[in-house]
Amino acid sequence: MTQLGFYNTNLPPHLRILKDEIEGYARDYGLDFFETIFEVVDADDLNEIAAYGGFPTRYPHWSFGMQYEELSKSYSYGLSKIYEMVINNDPCYAYLMRCNHTVDQKLVMAHVYGHCDFFKNNAYFGHTTRKMMDEIANHGNRLRRYVERFGEDEVEGFLDKCMSIDDLIDIHSVAIKRRDDPHAAPPKTDDGEEDEKPVRFKTKDYLTDFMNPPDQLRAVEDEKRKAKAQQTPPHFPERPEKDVLLFLIEHAPLKNWQKDVLSIVRDEAYYFYPQAQTKIINEGWASFWHSTIMTQKVLQPSEVIDYADHHSGTMATSSKRLNPYKVGIELLRDVERRWNMGQFGAEWENCDDLDKKRSWNTNVGLGRQKIFEVRKIHNDITFIDTFLTPEFCVENKLFAFNYQDQTKNYVIESREFEKVKQRLLFSLTNFGKPWIYVLNGNHANRGELLLRHGYNGVELKVPEARDVLTNIQFIWGRPVHLETVIDDKPILLSFDGSDHTHQTIGGDHDTRGKSGTKTK
Amino acid sequence: MGQKIEQDLQRFRKIVRGKIKSNLSKYISRGEMIGKKGNDLVSIPMPSINTPQFRYGSKGSGGVGVGEGQPGQPLTKPQDGEGDPQAGDQPGGHILEVDLTMEELADILGEELALPRIEPKGKKNVVTEKDKYSSIRNVGPESLRHFKRTYKKALKRQISTGTYSPTNPLVVPIREDKQYRSWKEVPKPDAVACVVYMMDVSGSMTDEQKEIVRIEAFWIDTWIKKHYQGVDTVYIVHDAVAHEVDEHTFYHTRESGGTKISAAYEMANKIIDARFPPTEWNVYAFHFSDGDNWGDDNAKCQEILKTQLLPKLNLFGYGQVESPYGSGEFFEHVNELTDDHENVVVTKVPDREAILASIKEFLKTGR
Repeated sequence: MTQLGFYNTNLPPHLRILKDEIEGYARDYGLDFFETIFEVVDADDLNEIAAYGGFPTRYPHWSFGMQYEELSKSYSYGLSKIYEMVINNDPCYAYLMRCNHTVDQKLVMAHVYGHCDFFKNNAYFGHTTRKMMDEIANHGNRLRRYVERFGEDEVEGFLDKCMSIDDLIDIHSVAIKRRDDPHAAPPKTDDGEEDEKPVRFKTKDYLTDFMNPPDQLRAVEDEKRKAKAQQTPPHFPERPEKDVLLFLIEHAPLKNWQKDVLSIVRDEAYYFYPQAQTKIINEGWASFWHSTIMTQKVLQPSEVIDYADHHSGTMATSSKRLNPYKVGIELLRDVERRWNMGQFGAEWENCDDLDKKRSWNTNVGLGRQKIFEVRKIHNDITFIDTFLTPEFCVENKLFAFNYQDQTKNYVIESREFEKVKQRLLFSLTNFGKPWIYVLNGNHANRGELLLRHGYNGVELKVPEARDVLTNIQFIWGRPVHLETVIDDKPILLSFDGSDHTHQTIGGDHDTRGKSGTKTK
Repeated sequence: MGQKIEQDLQRFRKIVRGKIKSNLSKYISRGEMIGKKGNDLVSIPMPSINTPQFRYGSKGSGGVGVGEGQPGQPLTKPQDGEGDPQAGDQPGGHILEVDLTMEELADILGEELALPRIEPKGKKNVVTEKDKYSSIRNVGPESLRHFKRTYKKALKRQISTGTYSPTNPLVVPIREDKQYRSWKEVPKPDAVACVVYMMDVSGSMTDEQKEIVRIEAFWIDTWIKKHYQGVDTVYIVHDAVAHEVDEHTFYHTRESGGTKISAAYEMANKIIDARFPPTEWNVYAFHFSDGDNWGDDNAKCQEILKTQLLPKLNLFGYGQVESPYGSGEFFEHVNELTDDHENVVVTKVPDREAILASIKEFLKTGR
């Protein structure tokens, strides 16, 4: 545990005994995890580590300071407390707060083994590097070197801009081959001059003018040339590119250090996104296991009240935000129950008799097996899509809400299953963020950047989008544009380096300049 | 706390402070910081710095919640009006409070406006004696007995006389053992100041103009208080007659009728003579008006200023707000005095934007 240097993180003897005990139970239940190292730290240190996203060696940036301020303030005012922090790495690092009560430490350890198992086995974590501790430390060193060489303001300013677009990545690119290997260049089809020469018939000399009349030849040649000129130049990028960061790294006129900074931000975004992508199922899984291990194995009679208090605190829900812990654990339990009782498959689906359904139990006992399978192959979206049932919605009192334009308020929209499910899935899709593509890196043949917001019924926050455009423009160097929809009209937001303009798409080209509204 | 996070935290705080600095005029004209009543802490609700990202707006948005309620029932309004509640791990729109003490606020103001420090006039520094309990005596009242020292002394005595037994550790102090806390008199220089605010509340002053006066007075107060241990404020409102009022009335009175500025000056003069003799006090006077005075009164005002008020004051500031009715001619009459009296400052405050410049004008003399 000397790895982290700053902290005295030795596990005290009584916790070491507990660790071995709980690890044993976890293995007995079939959990499968990397070696897990527990670090015992003070509240201040834990807040610091949490502010750095779990990596004490992260690169320096004020936003981490801001996080820390928030965490430490709300901790010292007793508003919130971090129980557990665990890092997807091999070995897995987990942090325990020194001042926590023993029952809390037990709970956290059991919870952590759930997470570790999930990190190791869930398909969506398959591509993440397991040496992130080292990699992040390298990132930090590289950045610190740039700060020394180019100045704090310069590097921080650029980093601010990168962080403003760090969500513009293509989360599916790790699973799908989007484009051909850039190294395997396509075979050249363009044979140059040869191709443009019209066909000549073989003749005797004296027949040449007759068989291959020069006028005709010239006409054919002209036509070919014209056709070639009309051929649209190849798209750039070939297909709309969702990984805007990659596109910028590859094509924006950046200095080497800037390119590296942008790559660092992108690498870390790719490392962190599976955690956001599996928030519900991951927390549900860990909570399922801490609950199981605690209540069946570890809990002492004297600790029951404290345990129940803290467990229910973690599971508390509010009307405004779904608690991923709660939804996750309930849904997993529901799945286990259904597969134990055989409530699945065609026969169950097609049964219309509610009475029969209520008492349906075939005692197949496949529950445990099923949830292990679920934790292997599902992320939040597929998990909700596959296993959310109308009964579950009613039982957990889920409702959908939407924004009312007239009253400027959120209002309960419906309790219908379809609506709830649709809203829930929408809020998870792309992490509840808008879809942004690079459409054209050579817009209007002037090297300008054209982005598109894939509009799906919800509009962008326009002032903020403008600020992001400003940042992208800084990186791209040339004017940038964003196609989006405002008030049901297609709009092109542009920033050319000094002025923001917006204009309706589809308007007359000549009046563009006039109809465009300028805003500084 | 690790050194690393400390650096990032300082950086963040600097940016936040920088934010205040560069937007200072905006904060001032919104009057957000006026809330200093009693406690000398001002809390500024400050949004945490949000890196801009492409985000959904509220139009057409929605989400999933848990709980009771019928369709159509409104949820509680989101705090910042547009924070969009969603499932997942996004933190909501947090409001970060940055607490600034009045001292820090004054520092920021001074830094922003490049104000010189006020030099309290030397002879007016009143020296008071302050008692500090920092020494020990052998006699004194029982309430001031220093228990620990008394015990130690008694213990020492008992050990040296051999009456102390470890098996029966009973320590009984006698009269010679007793030690008492005692005080020393420490001289403490005490620079005190009095600020007299005068405002024209005649019919031509609108609420907007009073707001301007209010904001300006707040910042002047802040700055002067930074430099003195004790600051007394006097508020005088006047139309054709003058009244001394409390702070609340000062900002909320609406009168009508004519204007006789000399009435206010006479009143100020009387109050200063009676309660704040200039030999002991640093006296400041600020007068705000729309400059629309009763014609025959102007000469009298100049007279009072010249012979009575100005010799007693550290600084006399006249701020003229612009009113739709006033002629504003009084400005010229005060302006005439600036040539002969260096403790007179006049400014015009046509709108909120001009407040900063006006404050700077008032306070840059460092008097």
